Amino acid sequence: MITLTINDRRLQVQEGTTVLQAAKSAGIQIPTLCYHEALAPYGACRMCLVEIVAGGRLGLSASCAYPAQEGLVVRTDSSRVFKARRMVAELLLARCPNVPEIQELAQEMGIERPRFHIEDERCTLCGLCVRTCEEIAGVSAINFIQRGTEREVTTPFAVPSEACIACGACALVCPTGAIVIDGAEEIKHRELRLGPAKAIHVPFLQAVPKAPLIDPEQCIHFRTGKCGVCERFCLSNAIDYEMEDEEVEIEVGAIILATGFELFDCSRVAQYGYGRLPNVISGLEFERMCNAGGPTGGKVLREEGRPPESVAIFHCVGSRDENYNEYCSRVCCMYSLKFAHLVREKTGSKVYEFYIDMRAFGKGYEEFYKRLLMEDVIFIRGKGAEVTDVAETPEEQGKLIVKCEDTLLGIVRRIPVDMVILSAGLEPRRDAAEVARLFSVNRSKDGFFLERHPKLAPVETASDGVFVAGACQGPKDIPDSVAQGAAAAAGALALIDLGKVEIEPITALIDEAICSGCKICIGLCPYTAIEFVSRDTTGVAQVNEALCKGCGICVAACPAGAATQRGYTTQQIYGEMEGALRAGAGG
Amino acid sequence: MSGENSFEPRIIGFLCRWCSYQGADLAGTSRRHYPSNMVPVRVMCSGRVDPTFVLKAIADGADGVLICGCHPGDCHYQSGNFNAMRRYPLLMKALEQFGIEKERVRLEWISASESEKFALVVKEMTETVRRLGPLEWNRRVFQKGQRKT
Repeated sequence: MITLTINDRRLQVQEGTTVLQAAKSAGIQIPTLCYHEALAPYGACRMCLVEIVAGGRLGLSASCAYPAQEGLVVRTDSSRVFKARRMVAELLLARCPNVPEIQELAQEMGIERPRFHIEDERCTLCGLCVRTCEEIAGVSAINFIQRGTEREVTTPFAVPSEACIACGACALVCPTGAIVIDGAEEIKHRELRLGPAKAIHVPFLQAVPKAPLIDPEQCIHFRTGKCGVCERFCLSNAIDYEMEDEEVEIEVGAIILATGFELFDCSRVAQYGYGRLPNVISGLEFERMCNAGGPTGGKVLREEGRPPESVAIFHCVGSRDENYNEYCSRVCCMYSLKFAHLVREKTGSKVYEFYIDMRAFGKGYEEFYKRLLMEDVIFIRGKGAEVTDVAETPEEQGKLIVKCEDTLLGIVRRIPVDMVILSAGLEPRRDAAEVARLFSVNRSKDGFFLERHPKLAPVETASDGVFVAGACQGPKDIPDSVAQGAAAAAGALALIDLGKVEIEPITALIDEAICSGCKICIGLCPYTAIEFVSRDTTGVAQVNEALCKGCGICVAACPAGAATQRGYTTQQIYGEMEGALRAGAGG
Repeated sequence: MSGENSFEPRIIGFLCRWCSYQGADLAGTSRRHYPSNMVPVRVMCSGRVDPTFVLKAIADGADGVLICGCHPGDCHYQSGNFNAMRRYPLLMKALEQFGIEKERVRLEWISASESEKFALVVKEMTETVRRLGPLEWNRRVFQKGQRKT
């Protein structure tokens, strides 16, 4: 430990601490500009000047770069210090008079107008970006060029650098906003398509466990071996770069399939212009827009940043349509109504809902629909036919025109709007077929997982111990998904609680007295449940009943008739057929 | 009613437990109509259907036999239906040699969700066999009186 004195206060600090850090730890404020705790001290801006008595000599030094030493006497509040700082701030203000951060700093020092020649720069030459690029990103793609008044930050020869990994750290660290990443300011609608996240992020708000993860493809540490800022600053030492994806084998007694759904891709309905016309957005993108943490900060905005004056909401996009999916996606009517409510609440603009039938089926849903009827939402019974930007009349200029048949009025209408929201339906996950095969689960005609019985076994599947829950079994809203999930969990727990598994009583059996040891069955068995066992002269096939699933393939194939199937013996099947034919099916 | 139209064929249907039998079950719960001429015999897998089952059914007086299994690749037992698929052409050859019309024995893949297809197949099959007329295999082969049905 080192003892030093700052403003007559005696402080004890660790070896290796700088005077600035020591002052901060004691609550003594020193203004800084080029200092960053993730970077090595640099001493470029001279904002942090303090008076230091060392070895009997008094001098002004940059506190960020001055190591604390035994017996050091420091003053941060002398008139000489203030004078020096004021001069630094005045010079900075003369260089960057239009940078709010510098204006604020100068104001604190009591400077209103610098006495020097005024320029118009944003960059203060603090060098944070240069040092970040070298120390954090580890690529040194930017540096200072020239000397004196010509000094500036740029890439070698001021051309786009191949060394730059476009990490954006320089722009992030710049205190005055002098560095701009090309394209980063164009958020709004493009951002809605759920673009890339930061290198370290929580996958989504409701993630379980709610822990951040590092994306090695984005993380500077994995790309250049540098940075490591998160590890240095994590208070709980939770960052571990050595961690890797691993496959863990877990033995389980029950499986619940809750793989969810895939949103219908609105661009498949070409006539709605999704992805082609601006301001035609999907329901999920609208949700993003309404999110206070989203790209528009919770505001409903058109592409160019203006709130819409009229909004059309299309129901049944990809649902109840023989060209895409025949089934009703159940949730869209209600979420479309919610959208209408949100648009009215946030913008007060006109809202048109284009629907086939209003399916407000759940508890409190019909009441919500009625409430919206009172909120001046215009309901048009008729599916939106087309969205176009080709105007036919002056009032359609610059608008999106929705063509539709109003089936209640019996006329075809053209309605100009500023924004179109497509309420996309729910589809099975694209890999549902693979998952179904993996778990020996059937799928219904629409591709969703099939329950064992539509009424009596809605969470079980044809495979014992495999349950389904949520939208992977069919389109479902949240309350229904929760109910099914709870039911599946209860079913799984009941199985686990038993502590033992009941296996199929139907197994194959081979009569050793008849078996000639031809081994035909062994090659056919999909479960390698048949073994060849040596006997006196030759050998016989033997069924391992724990492995046998009772398909009976071996029984049908056995040329000697040595194999039988419990519950489905040849005699039993013959008997069944004879009975059926004797009873006289048909004639 | 007279002639062919009054003939009600007797068809045995071997349905695999996991797909086709479920499909038949769904046809019932979905209230789909199909002729009652087919009597289902449940087997665990279409691979369990020994070709002799088909011959036995015909010998016992069936006018047609339907074998239904899971779609290729969807077998609950991974490869059972491939066995059925391989046996079927051989069985057809044998039937041809016996002088039995090959339309009388049909192999179809019907999944648990294809109740509509199931009803359609049964309907088609019944109509096909009705058009072909009674098979009367036992009378034709075993002569009169040699064997009782």
